[in-house]
Amino acid sequence: MSDTQTDIQIDELDLGTSRSLWATAWLRLRKNKAAMASLAILIIYILIGTFGPMLTTHDYDNSYRDFTREPASLQLYPPTEDILPSAERVITRARLQPQSVELDGDILTVTATSSREIDERVTRYMDRSDLFANTRVIEISPDNLTVTMQSDVQRYRFIFGTDSNGRDQLARIVIAIRISLLIGAAATAVALLIGVLYGAIAGFIGGMVDSVMMRVVDILYSLPFIFFVILLVVFFGNNIFLMFIAVGAIEWLDMARIVRGQTLSLRRREFVSAAEALGVKPVSIVKRHIIPNTLGPVIVYTTLMVPKVILLESFLSFLGLGVQNPLTSLGVLISNGSRDIQGTPYLLIYPSLALTILLFALNFLGDGLRDALDPKDR
Amino acid sequence: MTDPILDIKDIHVSFDTPDGPVDAVRGVNMKVIPGETVAIVGESGSGKSQAMMATMGLLADNGTVRGSAIYRGTQLIGMSKSDLNKIRGAKITMIFQEPMTSLDPLYSIEFQICEPLRVHGGLSKQAARDRALELLELVQIPNAKDRLKAYPHELSGGQRQRVMIAMALANNPDLLIADEPTTALDVTIQAEILALLADLQKRLGMSILFITHDLGIVDAFADRVYVMRAGQVVEEGPAEQIFNAPREDYTKLLLGAEPDGTKDPVPETAPMVLSANDMVVTFSSGGGFLGGKLREVKAVKDVSLSLQKGQTLGIVGESGSGKSTLGRAILQLLPSDGRVVFADNVISGLSRHQMQAYRRDLQMVFQDPYGSLSPRMTVGEIVTEGLLVHEPGISAKDRDRRATEALRAVDLDPAVRRRFPHEFSGGQRQRIAIARAVILRPTVMVLDEPTSALDRSVQKQIITLLRDIQTELELSYIFISHDLSVVRALSDTVMVMKNGEVVEHGSTANIFNAPTSDYTRHLMRAAFDLKSVLKEHANTIA
Repeated sequence: MSDTQTDIQIDELDLGTSRSLWATAWLRLRKNKAAMASLAILIIYILIGTFGPMLTTHDYDNSYRDFTREPASLQLYPPTEDILPSAERVITRARLQPQSVELDGDILTVTATSSREIDERVTRYMDRSDLFANTRVIEISPDNLTVTMQSDVQRYRFIFGTDSNGRDQLARIVIAIRISLLIGAAATAVALLIGVLYGAIAGFIGGMVDSVMMRVVDILYSLPFIFFVILLVVFFGNNIFLMFIAVGAIEWLDMARIVRGQTLSLRRREFVSAAEALGVKPVSIVKRHIIPNTLGPVIVYTTLMVPKVILLESFLSFLGLGVQNPLTSLGVLISNGSRDIQGTPYLLIYPSLALTILLFALNFLGDGLRDALDPKDR
Repeated sequence: MTDPILDIKDIHVSFDTPDGPVDAVRGVNMKVIPGETVAIVGESGSGKSQAMMATMGLLADNGTVRGSAIYRGTQLIGMSKSDLNKIRGAKITMIFQEPMTSLDPLYSIEFQICEPLRVHGGLSKQAARDRALELLELVQIPNAKDRLKAYPHELSGGQRQRVMIAMALANNPDLLIADEPTTALDVTIQAEILALLADLQKRLGMSILFITHDLGIVDAFADRVYVMRAGQVVEEGPAEQIFNAPREDYTKLLLGAEPDGTKDPVPETAPMVLSANDMVVTFSSGGGFLGGKLREVKAVKDVSLSLQKGQTLGIVGESGSGKSTLGRAILQLLPSDGRVVFADNVISGLSRHQMQAYRRDLQMVFQDPYGSLSPRMTVGEIVTEGLLVHEPGISAKDRDRRATEALRAVDLDPAVRRRFPHEFSGGQRQRIAIARAVILRPTVMVLDEPTSALDRSVQKQIITLLRDIQTELELSYIFISHDLSVVRALSDTVMVMKNGEVVEHGSTANIFNAPTSDYTRHLMRAAFDLKSVLKEHANTIA
């Protein structure tokens, strides 16, 4: 800075605020309202997927045979007027004749008679129903022909209704979000790992190696995906890890192509030449210079890949090739719900909404990230 | 004095960025009289282009403009887009810096010239074609008739710029705004384009507003000059006055920014550090699996050179002369034929692994300060990367100390170690690139156009820095550049290259004072005596 002949400062250093490219991108992203809302929604989904199953009052695989296809509402089940008839039904099933059935708050008192001697284990008949629990014998007549029992009436809320097996739809949706997010994340991680390494190596080495590696990708591309999944299912049976592998094994191809393209253009950048002139080993060049610089487009593509994977899984599950009962995913729920749109629309609407909102959030976030990381593209 | 054709009053331009608004232009007044050539001169970031872009309604989305710009009584600022389009592109036209990218590669030249003529001018197909031919002849494209059918990639950079000028002239504009139209071109082509513009102006009587960072071409070309700095006009006046009696310090600084000084030749007894014999570099494309026919281009043909300790060899040539390729081939960064000897060891034909031992002695600084630093690494990491390779044993603390020393050596505050390259100006980045090479204490440095992307005043600083480092570390330089004045200031031996061959080779004094080949003489005149070249052109046309 000494070479100026006057007091005019040339090329002075501004030691003001320092910001990495990532920090700048975050600033830009924060200005994008749609992307920030999406990010918030996504975080909520992740929280639901992680902690939701612990918080729901029903287990996702618990079926209430008494409450199949109940519509979504805030009402308590069973409704008060249904308790006495249900109780009588249960007693009859236990081969007893109900004498009096009384309801006092949440406690049901039953007096019943039988032509045969009554065993104390009769309470089990009552407990077997979803409605009653803690049945205890209050009084049993000396001849063992009349019994008075008391049960706690169980009352449930099914906010999103129940499916045809009497399982709580809310618990099902919560577990489905967990599974869908898990598949989305795991398959994307698989695709990311293979795709980035494969693409960076092919693009960096170039020449013959690149040609061979990319032809392999082309060949894999030409395999019909459904056929590939059916083969996997036939050989290894139907399980959820297979889904990760199947989806990941397809999705890395796109990633490899993107990263290879990026690498080819980075390869010609002068900072790579500069590293070569310093004598940096090819492995280190890929690690230090190539991969970090492909991360922008890779992150964007990843956020767009997650919804793609979730959709793909939904599609496979819809076909019956994906997640199996009692576990479920959003695709399975939608598939089941679509069977009786007129009778039980709520079975279709809620999982569809859950999936749509999730996909919207991921796509908006992906778009926002693209704008933030690569402002030249706007 | 006649009424101005364009009258700009108190223009302000600001950009909305994540860091808050940035004022690019702060109250600029300018006038263009009919038939006059006005130059706006300023270094990068002075707002010279943005002022014009704002006038033409071409600002980026985050830019806003205040002020007034009156074209023949019509206010341009705040005009609706459709009204503006009637003036823009017809009466006021623009040509830009990059002739390589401003033509659409998918359409022929004819189509690109004819389309606006037919759409806006309402000409018939035949009339448009005739007009296009006339325009191409006007801008002196040889074989204009055949060239009509050519696609942009078939034309050279200079020819493309001529086509751009032809398109700008299509509707007989009153004012042609030329935004650095010759910056991307070689000096000899630049002289031709400038001569063409001067000639066209004389014949068509339009005004030219010429935006440039290069005061040298302004002297030969403009009637009036505005000097801009940091968004404001620092000085204005007739070209003569600006050049002969500048009032402002900044103008004086720009005028004095031409690199000066020379380098004394090294004694003949200085030991030889590097020599290359019969270097040949061949680029091939196609061939191989499904690749089609193999095509080969010889970029460097049988070039030999030698370098003594402390010597600077300047390699001069226009684009495509193979000078950069030669530099990389010597450092074994490109496959090549020929024998390269460094410190009595043959290094040509070594494998990457064998070459590793010599890498630290042979360093390189690249042309593009924006491309040669990895954007996701901090300056500290960039500068010390070579140490990781060549001195893997030293501790992180020692590396940090070495980085501090290296940054001090290039006159940068060592506190910049934690920052990222995008926060620095071009000149500062080039310093970082030099620090990255110097930290390894090399013997030879190949400098591939290290000053070409920089403003003149910054260029001068870098040249001083390179000189200081050379004496301090007893370095030998191979200095590759198209810029003759920089080469003259830095080198003691010069090699002139053309089409992969050496045209002339000798001491700097000899080459510059008594060039023997026609090509060198031609190059010298275009670079140092633009005025006489333009005058000569004008005379031959008249």
